[in-house]
Amino acid sequence: MSRREVGIAYLCILPWLIGFVVFTAYPLIISGYYSFTHYPILGGPTWAGLDNYRDLLEDELFWKSLRVTAVYSAFAVPGSVVIGYAIAMLLNQRVRWLRVWRTAYFLPSLVPAIAGAFLWSWIFNGQYGLVNGVLRQFGVEGPQWFASEEWVLPAFVIMTLWGAGGGMILYLAALQQVPSTLYDAAEIDGANAWHRLIHISIPMTSPVILFQFVTGLIASFQIFTAGYIVTNGGPNNASLFYVLYLYRNGWQDFQMGYASALAWVLVLIMMVLTLVTLLVARRAVYYEYGGR
Amino acid sequence: MAVLSARPQVDDPERIVERNVRGRSVTWRVLLYVLLIGGALMFAFPFYWLVSTSLKPETDVLLFPPDLIPSSFEWGNYGKVLSAFPFAQGLSNTLIILVAVEIGRLVSVPLVAYAFARLRFPGRNVLFVLVLGTMMLPYYVTLIPQYLIFRDLGWLNTFLPLTVPSFFGVGSAFFIFMMRQFYLSIPKEYDDAAMVDGCGRLRIFWHIILPQSKPALAALAIFTFTEQWNDYFGPLIYLTDQAKYTLALSLQAWQQTQQSGLGYKPHPFNEIMAVATLITLVPIVIFFFTQRYFLRGLIVSGIQG
Repeated sequence: MSRREVGIAYLCILPWLIGFVVFTAYPLIISGYYSFTHYPILGGPTWAGLDNYRDLLEDELFWKSLRVTAVYSAFAVPGSVVIGYAIAMLLNQRVRWLRVWRTAYFLPSLVPAIAGAFLWSWIFNGQYGLVNGVLRQFGVEGPQWFASEEWVLPAFVIMTLWGAGGGMILYLAALQQVPSTLYDAAEIDGANAWHRLIHISIPMTSPVILFQFVTGLIASFQIFTAGYIVTNGGPNNASLFYVLYLYRNGWQDFQMGYASALAWVLVLIMMVLTLVTLLVARRAVYYEYGGR
Repeated sequence: MAVLSARPQVDDPERIVERNVRGRSVTWRVLLYVLLIGGALMFAFPFYWLVSTSLKPETDVLLFPPDLIPSSFEWGNYGKVLSAFPFAQGLSNTLIILVAVEIGRLVSVPLVAYAFARLRFPGRNVLFVLVLGTMMLPYYVTLIPQYLIFRDLGWLNTFLPLTVPSFFGVGSAFFIFMMRQFYLSIPKEYDDAAMVDGCGRLRIFWHIILPQSKPALAALAIFTFTEQWNDYFGPLIYLTDQAKYTLALSLQAWQQTQQSGLGYKPHPFNEIMAVATLITLVPIVIFFFTQRYFLRGLIVSGIQG
C-alpha cells in the first residue's frame, strides 16, 4: 500500500465521499432531528419533543395509509414472485421461440409508470373500460374499480402484476444454473414433476427468490407515481399509499417536521420487515457454499 | 448480504442451456404451449389496447361495450397530439436532465468502483459497506433535507437538483456495486503486466480496465436511461414552472386541460393513449436494440426493472 496508491484511491472515491456526506449522511441525521420539531417550511424548526410521534399514533390517516400500503404489498409482492417464477419455469422447459416468449413477458415491465397509469385507468374505466365491457358480455355488471373503495386496491394489484415478467429474467438465470445431475438422480428415485419443483428447483434457486422478495417489498412500500396519477389517494382515501401521504404532508401542507417523522417511521418499518424476512428465510434458504 | 454473493453468474443470457428431455409426453407439450400462448396473450393485450385506442376515432372510444378493432384507423390522432401536446418542450427538458445524469454517472461510477475493486487504502471495507447500506435506504428519508438544501442554494425550479447529485454518486450505489463486480472479473495479471511496464494506477484504469468493461458501461447507460425516463417524483417536487416540465409531468398537466367553449375539459382517451404510446415506445425500442447488455446487466446486478 504505497502512499501514492492511497492518494489516488482517495481521489477516485472523493466525488462519492462528498456526495455521501452532503446528500446522504447529513440529510439522514438532520431529518431525524427534524422529526422532533415543528417545521412549517417558511418558518424554521422549533423543538417539539415527541409531539410528531404522538400525533402519528392518533392520526387516522397515518394508520389508514399504513393499512392500505400493507394490504397492497401483501398481495402484490408474493403475487409478483409467484407469477415471475411460474413464467420462468415455463420458459425453462425446452420451448421453441424462447426469445419471442421472453420478450412478450418482459415488455410490460418496461412501460413507464406514467403511461401505465393512464393505460390502466382507461382499461378499468367503470363506464367505457375494457374489463367491464368483457364482463358485460358474460352478463356481469363490473365494479367501478379505481372509483370504488372496495375494488381500488385489487385494481392496483392487477396493474402491478402485469409487470411481474420483469423478475422472470433472474429466476430463469437461476434455474439454468441448477445442475442437471440433480434432476437425473431424482428421476432415478422416481420423483415426479411436482417433487422436482418442491425438492430441487425451489430450494436451489431460493437465494434469488429471497432477493426478489426483499427488493420487491422495499419497492412496493414506496409506491407513489401510480397512486398519485390514477386516484390521488381516493376514493375516500381507500388508496392513500404511505408515500403519497408523506408527500401531502411535506409538499401540500408544508409540514416538514411531521413529514420527516413519517419518513423515519417508514425506515423503521422497512428495517423490521427486511429483518423478519431474512430471519424467516434463514431456515429455508439454501446456499451452496454452506455460508449462512 | 449473503444474498448478493449467492447470485447466479450467467455470463450470457443468449446461451440457453438445453436440458435433456424428460417426461415429455405429447399431452405435456400441448399443455405447455397452451399455457405459454395464453399467458403471452394476457400480457400482450394491454399493449394492444393502448395502441388500438390511440388509433380510434373519438366516437369509438365512448362505445360500450368497446370495439376490439378500431372502426377506422385514425393516424391523424398522432398528428393532432404532436401539435396539441407540448412534445418538443417536454422531450428536450427530459433529455437535458437525462444526458446530464448519464454524464454524471459515467464519470463518477467507474472511478469509485475502480478504487473499491483494485486499490488498497485505509477504510476501504467500511466505506464499501456504506455504499451497500445506501442501497437499502428508502429514497424518501433523505429527501426532505435535500429539498431544503436545494431551496437554500436557490436551486428550486431548476434542473440542478435532478442532475448535480449524480456527479457525486448519489443514487448510484447499485451501479457502483455492479461495476465493481465487473472489474473483479477482469484478471489481475493484466494490471501486473502493465505495472512491470511502468504504468501508473490511473493509466491502467484508462487503458486496461475501462476498455474491457464496455458491456458494463453499456448496461449502466441503459439502466440510467430507463430510470430517468420513468422518474416522476423528483421532477414533481423540484420543477414548478410548466415550461420546465418533463414529458411525464407535461402529460399529467395536459390531459385535463382541453380548451373547450366553457373552459377546460379532459382530453379524450384516444389522444391521451396516443401520447402514452409515444412515451412507452422509447424504452421499448431501446430494449430491442440493446437486449444483450440489458439482460446481462440485469442478471449480473440483480436489479429488478
